[in-house]
Order: sequence, then C-alpha cells, then structure tokens
Amino acid sequence: MRPPDTAQAHHHGGSPSRARGSGRGGDRVMVPEADFTSYYGRPIVKPAPWEHDIAIYLFTGGVAAGSSMLAAGADLTDRPALRRVGRLGSLVSLALSMGALVHDLGKPSRFINMLRVAKLTSPMSVGTWILALHGPFAAAASAAEVVGMLPARWQRGPLGILLVLGRPAGIVGALTAPPVAAYTAVLLADTATPAWHSAFRELPFVFCGSAAAASGGLGLLGTPVDQAGPARAFAVGGAAVELAAERRMEQSMGISAETLHQGTAGRWMRASIALTAAGAVGALAGRRSRALSMASGAALMAGSLCTRMGVFEAGIASAKDPKYTVVPQRERVDRGEQVRYQG
Amino acid sequence: MIGRNSLFGPLDPAPDAGYVDAPARKGFFTDTSVCIGCKACEVACKEWNDVPENAFAMLGTSYDNSHSLNANQWRHVAFIEKQAPTPAPTPEPVSLGMPSVGAQPSDVADEEKPDFQWLMSSDVCKHCTHAACLDVCPTGSLFRSEFGTVVVQDDICNGCGYCVAACPYGVIDRRRGPEGDPKVGIAQKCTLCYDRLSDGQKPACAQACPTESILYGDVDELRQRADERVALLHERGIMDARLYGNDPDDGVGGTGAMFLLLDEPEVYGLPPDPVVTTKDLPAMFNRAGMAATAMLAGAALSFLRRR
Repeated sequence: MRPPDTAQAHHHGGSPSRARGSGRGGDRVMVPEADFTSYYGRPIVKPAPWEHDIAIYLFTGGVAAGSSMLAAGADLTDRPALRRVGRLGSLVSLALSMGALVHDLGKPSRFINMLRVAKLTSPMSVGTWILALHGPFAAAASAAEVVGMLPARWQRGPLGILLVLGRPAGIVGALTAPPVAAYTAVLLADTATPAWHSAFRELPFVFCGSAAAASGGLGLLGTPVDQAGPARAFAVGGAAVELAAERRMEQSMGISAETLHQGTAGRWMRASIALTAAGAVGALAGRRSRALSMASGAALMAGSLCTRMGVFEAGIASAKDPKYTVVPQRERVDRGEQVRYQG
Repeated sequence: MIGRNSLFGPLDPAPDAGYVDAPARKGFFTDTSVCIGCKACEVACKEWNDVPENAFAMLGTSYDNSHSLNANQWRHVAFIEKQAPTPAPTPEPVSLGMPSVGAQPSDVADEEKPDFQWLMSSDVCKHCTHAACLDVCPTGSLFRSEFGTVVVQDDICNGCGYCVAACPYGVIDRRRGPEGDPKVGIAQKCTLCYDRLSDGQKPACAQACPTESILYGDVDELRQRADERVALLHERGIMDARLYGNDPDDGVGGTGAMFLLLDEPEVYGLPPDPVVTTKDLPAMFNRAGMAATAMLAGAALSFLRRR
C-alpha cells in the first residue's frame, strides 16, 4: 500500500494555494481564496440529514402564514374572493407542510414526541408550539370557508357554529401567523451549518419577504383583479424585502456566501431572483389584467420555492466542504479574535 | 434553571441542569502524543455499546478506513501523515551490556529517511459544557447526565436530525444502517459509557487503551494533568504540543473531552474555533421577531388603501 500524496492529503483539492489572509481583490467584498488544512478534505460539521421535504416545508409554512394574514384582512374588508383563496390556501399549505414534516420524521407517531417538552433553546420545539397555536385557528377559519360553500341546509347545527367562529378564528390565526413564517429562519440558523448560521441576521427577513411574496402570489393567482389589490401590495412588498435582504445577507455572511452562487444552490438562487423580480414587475404592471396577474402570482410562488431550495442546498453544500468551517474560524484564531467568554 | 451563563460561558453543567449533589464532572483527556493508532478504543467501544459495523470502505487516502465519528462510530482514530520539517534525530543507543534485541541500527542517512511522521488521534464526542445538540433537541431525548455528560435516550429520539446539524464538531449522527437495526433513523453518539460510569467503572475505550492515551477521570483533575503534560512536552522541545477543549472560556464553555494535539486542530479534522450555535440564539429570535412584526405590519398596510 503506497502512502498517499502528502500534499493532497493535507490540502483540500480544488482550493488554489494562496497565502492565508492575503489581500481582498476586486470591487466586491469577497473573502480571499483560502489555503487551509483539513483531514483528507473530509467535512468537519455534518450536513443536516434532511431531504427536500424540509425545503418544501419551509415554503408551504410561508404560504400558509401569509395566506391566513391575507384571509383575515380580506374578511375584515369584505373581499370574499380573496378571503376564500387565503383560507383555502392556508389549509392546503398547512396540510402539505405537516405531510412533509411527518415524511421527514419517518412516521407520524414521532411527531408526538415533539409535544413532550417545550424548550426555548430549540427552535424546532418553539416552532412546534407556534404551529400548535396557529394551526387550529387557521384550520377553523378554513373550515368555516368550506362550510360556507356547502348547501344552506347543511349549515345548521354544529357546522353553523363554525360559520360564526370563522372571523374570530381567522383573526387569531392571522396574528399567530408571522412567527410561523419567521421561525423557520431561526430553525436553519441555529445550527453549525456555515451558510445558515452566518446568515442569521438577514435570513428571517428573506424568509418573511419570501412568504409574503408567495402568499400574495397565491392571492393574485386565485382572485379577480378588483379584489386582488392587497394581495398585490403584499406580494410586491414581500418580493422587494426578500430581494433586498438576500443581497444584504450575501454581503454579511462571509466566505459561505459562495455556496449561494455555486452548483445546485446557485441555480436555485438565480432562478429565485429572476422569478421574484419578474413576478413583482408583472404584478405591478398587471393591475387590470387577470392573465398577467395570474402569471405574476405563479412566478412569485415559484420564486419563493426556489429561494427555500437555494438556501437549503447552500447550507448542505457549506457543511460538506470543510473550507467553510475551517477558514472563517482559522482566520478568527489568527487574528487573535478567538471566541471567548468575556466575564 | 436559567442563569446568566445558561447559553454561553463557563459553568458546571450537571448542577446547572438541576442535579443536587452531583458527582464531579467526568471526562476524557486524550493525549495523542502517545496514541499508537491501534484502534483498541474503537473496537472496545463497539463491543461494549453494541454499536453495529459501519459501512467499511477502503477510502484510499490513508490507513484510516473507519472514516469519521458518526452514529456507528463513537470513537474514531485519525491517521495523519504529516510532513516533518526536519527528520527527528536518532538517539545514540546506550549500551546496557545486554544481548541486543530487534533491528540493527540503520545505516541509512537521516536525510534519506522519509520526511514524514504519523500523527494519530482518537476522537470522541466532546461532551461540551454548552452542548448544541442538547440545546436544540426538540423532544428532550438528549439529556445531561449527573456526570456532566450528554446522553441520547434512543426510545424518545424522533430522528428529526436537528442535533446532527447543530453539533459544531460533527459528532452526532442519525443511524443509517445496517438494515434491521432497531435504531436506524435515531441519533447516536458516545455516551461516555453512562452505564459503566453508573457502576463506578471506566468507559470501555479508556479501559482498553494500551498506552494510556485515553485517560478518564474528573474533568478538573484531567485539566491539571493536561497542563502538566503539555508543559513537559514543551520542556522536551516539542513545541507543537497544545491543548484543545480544555479552556472553560472557549466557544463551547470548555469540553468534557479534551485533547493534547501535536498540530493545528483542523489537521485532525477538528474545528479550530468551535462555538455553540445557541450563543447567538437571543439575537436570532430578536431578528425573527423583527421580521415577523414587519410582515404583520406589511399585511396590515396592504389593506389600507381603499379600492
């Protein structure tokens, strides 16, 4: 057995050798190409053992949250078509996200274990309780919508009570919705995955903007133009926040921002930016055209899904390459800024 | 109990977790300068804890084919070929007036000898003072033992995998195989032989280590021994010797498993400056709260304009 080539063993393949910390090139603030050492190029942190169902869960959670907010607003301002799309959209999205979560866990009974404890240090536990708080109200409002679509003779008795509860349940659902959209950013950021953790300041804004864009997009898709005004405003505002926050995030997250531009994640992110921008422009231009509004709505939803996929994939890629773990930490140590408790 | 140092900073983990009259914190001191890479620790760990065989594959990079710490590998011996800056001088043999044993002194000139040396190091779960895996577990499956260690209860774990992504050392993992193993899909890692500790015994790896590279004991005492050992090596001119994980003011509040290394941590596959991710949790929740409030305000604003 021939001993392996030492140079290759100690340096990560594909990383050009340049002195650590040597100058910053170009007009963009980019981290220099890093020379670093690793153990045969193997990862240091482990990538989350999650599949795409978690990215889908992030997307459907966002659509559900935004939709229940739009539905409550539409209910209060007498826009029945928008209310219907919002409530049904929230119900379907919640069901899909629960499906994705249970699929990831493997079996439904495992979800029950999540309700054993309430732990503030675990964003997943916090998220479970946020969903447990929001879900029943959103579902009750959606049920009221379904009952309202039934023949009048079925709307008596217990089902009739639902009709009365629809509005208050919808309002509570809307007030508990924003944490549903925001907590998923903390869920990703509270990991050792370099691209997720380093984005913790902006990721909630990216995700909430993306949720608003997607749910507004759904509103545009399903509502006639005379009632779609708020969905349009919500979608365009969300898209603007998402694009701005995403740009800012890339500038602040250091070397792991690279992973948002490379490989699969890069393709998702480029598609996300194109679809979100096109959707926002189309939504603004399509005030009087149902067809253009629908196309824009679909583009905004697709853009939001691409954002989730892109951020998800970037995190996995950043965990698999030891460069994104070692280089920022090594630079910190070399600068003498090792993280230490300041008593 | 929530204290000032609950998320970050030095503390004694077992009393912090609510144990009254907890025994002294237990841990490992792995002195890699005396590790011979025999892998007895890996085998003893598998035998005692009934950890099934890993997916063994000839990796072709070194003699290390057990790959990494994972759900089926709670101790992992790293084999590193290190470029030696100068060949180590061969000490002059001392005649004891006894019949000679072993190889004759080599007549190969020092500069013709291979210019590399082996570094070997047995890696294990660090049992952090601030354990990210424990902090993020949504089911309470991971818990802090009375010995200050971190243990998984695999009948409660729901396999969400959050601890896997949270560990800054890449230790804990969800078990993938072998087929039919009841713990497939469940997070697994070193328990510091919780069952043996409860019975007043050493962990299996420390028991099996033939060179005392793996020392087990009270963390305070091990830290002292580690300091003495590194001072001794420095005295002998081995200036590369350094301690890892022994500092209670570091990013994870110090670890229960500390190491004496002969090179930078990343050479061994260890992060140079690991930080518990929950250190930033208050800031994360603050930012999420801001974003959520902005979203609600945005939704309200969307409805302001009359049709």
